[in-house]
Amino acid sequence: MLTQMSSETKNVLFAGVGGQGAMLASEILALVAVEAGYDIKQTEVHGAAQRGGAVASHVRYGERVHSPVIRRGEADLLVAFEKLEALRYAHYLRDGAHIVVNDEEVEPAKLDKSRLYPREGVDFLKSKGFKVIVVPATKKAIELGNHRVASTVLLGVASGLLNLKQESWEKVLEKRILPHLLDINRRAFALGLELAK
Amino acid sequence: MKRLLSGNEAMAWGAWEAGVVFAAGYPGTPATEILENIARRKEVDAHWAANEKVAFEEVMGAAIGGVRALVAVKHVGLNVAADSFMVFPYAGTNAGFVVISSDDPGAYSSQNEQDNRYFAKFGKVPLLEPSDAQECHDLIVKAFDISEQFKTPVMLRTTMRINHTKCLVEVGERQEREKKQYHRDPTKWSVPNYCRSLRPILEEKQHELAAYSESFEGNFVELNSDEVGIITSGICYCYAKEAMPDASFFKLGMTYPLPKQKIIDFCERFEKVYIVEEGEPFLEEQIRAFGVTNVVGKELFTNVLDLSPDLVAKGLLGTEVKGDFSKEIGILTRPPQLCVGCSHRGVFFTLRKLDVLATGDIGCYSLGSQPPFSAQHTIFCMGAGIANAFGFEKAGTKDVVSLIGDSTFIHAGIPPLIDMVYNKSKGTVIILDNDTTGMTGHQEHPSSGRTLKGEEAKELNIEQLCKVIGVEYVKQVDPYNLDETEKTIREAMAFPGAAVVIAKRPCLLMRGERNKKRIPYVVNDECVGCGVCYQIDCPALSEGPDGLAVIDAISCAGCGMCASLCPTRAIVLSASDRGLKGC
Ligand SMILES: Cc1ncc(C[n+]2csc(CCOP(=O)(O)OP(=O)(O)O)c2C)c(N)n1
Ligand code: SF4
Ligand code: SF4
Repeated sequence: MLTQMSSETKNVLFAGVGGQGAMLASEILALVAVEAGYDIKQTEVHGAAQRGGAVASHVRYGERVHSPVIRRGEADLLVAFEKLEALRYAHYLRDGAHIVVNDEEVEPAKLDKSRLYPREGVDFLKSKGFKVIVVPATKKAIELGNHRVASTVLLGVASGLLNLKQESWEKVLEKRILPHLLDINRRAFALGLELAK
Repeated sequence: MKRLLSGNEAMAWGAWEAGVVFAAGYPGTPATEILENIARRKEVDAHWAANEKVAFEEVMGAAIGGVRALVAVKHVGLNVAADSFMVFPYAGTNAGFVVISSDDPGAYSSQNEQDNRYFAKFGKVPLLEPSDAQECHDLIVKAFDISEQFKTPVMLRTTMRINHTKCLVEVGERQEREKKQYHRDPTKWSVPNYCRSLRPILEEKQHELAAYSESFEGNFVELNSDEVGIITSGICYCYAKEAMPDASFFKLGMTYPLPKQKIIDFCERFEKVYIVEEGEPFLEEQIRAFGVTNVVGKELFTNVLDLSPDLVAKGLLGTEVKGDFSKEIGILTRPPQLCVGCSHRGVFFTLRKLDVLATGDIGCYSLGSQPPFSAQHTIFCMGAGIANAFGFEKAGTKDVVSLIGDSTFIHAGIPPLIDMVYNKSKGTVIILDNDTTGMTGHQEHPSSGRTLKGEEAKELNIEQLCKVIGVEYVKQVDPYNLDETEKTIREAMAFPGAAVVIAKRPCLLMRGERNKKRIPYVVNDECVGCGVCYQIDCPALSEGPDGLAVIDAISCAGCGMCASLCPTRAIVLSASDRGLKGC
């Protein structure tokens, strides 16, 4: 009898709002996985990215990866750049998996004004058994001096949950981040890693 | 050497290796980055053409002239180039000619879904379909060889998931090719005159290509279980491998013409064979036509929208697809919206106020059709808006205007405008001129003054062009100036002939604009909370907890449109300035 593959593959999903940096963060994880010698696939839908639509990026790494798209119920980690997007993609997670979520709420453009932003999202996700880590990434980033490094803070937290070598992360950050922004990104990453502990 | 590349990057790399000398296209998701990447190569002359038909025909000319050449378009782009696509195969080619058609199952960034594999069969053009970025690279190199071996255009068809998925790709070095001699020979290159003699040659080529397909290494069998056989191509190979790694596979890299005998032999091995394909039953119809009966396909795998590993597993194994949590908690959708400070907003604000019927077109400005503006009432495909409005005029509808972006106007809006003048339309065309192709990520175009390679170019003057066409009312207006915009549109609509209003303001996100210093507006104590300013629907402007308006200083682009609406003049420029931080 044929069975479904019980995959050793790690599945990480990034979700956010266009312009928040979810795409770059997922690319960095993909490069770190490459450094670590894994086979890797990374895919995203970014058609609406520029104009504030929802964006998601899937990163899968392991021995041999076929599908770039994560199956629902099989993601090991969800990194959400704001709370509503965590809700939108949580069903991709396996039971009891981790969610790293930025402590931010970005109001979507509303086609129907009567529908309200779900404020109780984090509690809901906890009630479903997910391990939710709420990170004040944007606040920390502003304290560091640039709200854009919020994505690096989140990545730092995520790195604490993925067993990829710290030196690979450092190497990739150095390669992928513009030199004049490297220092602040390094500090943002370290801060995230600290928060994860 | 292995590199992490997207399908688009890998196709560009492969085409460069294959010795491509010239590449052209017109932007369109998910294909856009192919040309953007190949343009970075100094050995390759690459440019954005005015539209896909022009791109296709330039590339034809280059290939007939003796150099390897590439055209890359999105699925609907091939519709625009279809006239040449259908005729070129009669002549075949001289040097390698490859057209990449990138389809968008799921219509993530498109007006429709269409399975362009049918185009290949329709036009009698061999068709290759990669399953990941490595195959994108390998198959494009192969496509050029096939093109030259059989003297035929070759189509490489990808889908969004292939274009936008990265994996490790083994790449190589460029191999220069000798230029092929072109001989003047009307019996070969003047197709209409010699169609009747070229037609049987084209048919003969189909047989040769079918024989080639039988031995093509991109069509391969992986024998595992003798219980289940799967025939598949493209991204579905990856999904099916994930769902049923132990099944036997016939993976097709060349899907037109198909390796008929090999498929029949494969199907004979199994009681039941699954045909797993996204989109239409392109493989299934052909395989059934071979007389094979033990196959299942579209009964299990929908042709509507894109497939996923979950949907493929459902079809193969009957597993349920897990739903999201929206039944238990309200998950608002997050549609894209016009950026903070987008100049299109000024036009939509005005059109809503004038309450006119607007036939629209494709671009960022398509967003004006959704609430709260709902100020664009038909949208189909590039260039349709102008002619649609003229049609409404014929139907006796009063107060119709058409809307079109600058890139779209150049692409497909000029002939319908000529027609309006020639056939005495009294309609008004509003050209939303933001100096760029915004929707697809800010590509250069003929009136943007720059080329794909970043060189300066002669700037097409749209205003002059309209006048030369014979439009007697042509006026340019700054859409940030709401009063002037309204006055001008009213005037144009009252004009007793065809009229053009050019709403001109650069897109804030394009090169050169992005990092400009902008002074944000603030709301001062004069605000009485009347809410009039919200009519501009700017994401940076909202109602604060005290019922008064607030402006988010980080995102405000300083356009001033809200300020011009405020009856108490409570919205004023702040003292600080800073770079625009995205939107
Ligand atoms: C035939 C065809 N080619 C390409 C596209 C992709 N596409 C959608 S809108 C657009 C152009 C948008 O530019 P513009 O008209 O200047 O409007 P803007 O987005 O800047 O507001 C393109 C190229 C398409 N939909 N159809
Ligand atoms: S990208 Fe440019 S044209 Fe498109 S919505 Fe934003 S500002 Fe407007
Ligand atoms: S000035 Fe007003 S309308 Fe313009 S970007 Fe700022 S808040 Fe929005």
